[in-house]
Amino acid sequence: MASFVGLVRDRNDGAAVATMTLEHYPGMTEKAIARIVDEARGRWQVIDCTVIHRIGELSPAEQIVLVAVASGHRGDAFAACEFIMDFLKTQAPFWKKEATPDGARWVDARASDDAAAARWAPPPNNRAA
Amino acid sequence: MKVRVLFFASLREQVGRAAEEVELPAGVATVAGLRAHLMARGGAWGAALADGRRLRAAVNQDIAAPEAALRTGDEVAFFPPVTGG
Repeated sequence: MASFVGLVRDRNDGAAVATMTLEHYPGMTEKAIARIVDEARGRWQVIDCTVIHRIGELSPAEQIVLVAVASGHRGDAFAACEFIMDFLKTQAPFWKKEATPDGARWVDARASDDAAAARWAPPPNNRAA
Repeated sequence: MKVRVLFFASLREQVGRAAEEVELPAGVATVAGLRAHLMARGGAWGAALADGRRLRAAVNQDIAAPEAALRTGDEVAFFPPVTGG
């Protein structure tokens, strides 16, 4: 089984973060996550999978998201977990707003996240051992 | 044609509302057309929805391209690129 837990950073883009508030699009967010999980199930051998993503105000070091994947093959478990996380960051409608000493600011989407998701474009044709 | 339009995150703050019903004039029947129609209100609308702004759209909770067609009663959402996870 492979899992990932994302935590609130206490610093981001050169500023201390006091709190972070997560907004989502009720209905579409759940639909987008389900679609990402379905895609992962189609690409890898996945026994079961859980995605939990919190919303509202969170403090540094608190948990934001959990992705956990069970598979009969460790390679599939690791790959599916990373895939789900990369696609969740670029496809699921969530937005982060940080409270910093200079005031509140919306977090901008990062090209690095888009690049991470782009790595998965073609479904792998070989199954990892 | 009337559609329900939702605005999220920083865009919601810039236009000052989270949702509204919009009666589209004849000939406006795509996501891009709706965006232009809202931009034509000027002021914060013009700036927030300007072509240069990286915004995404969804129709009935599915990501939609600018040329996507709209129908009466559709739920259309405009939002900045997502930053979850």
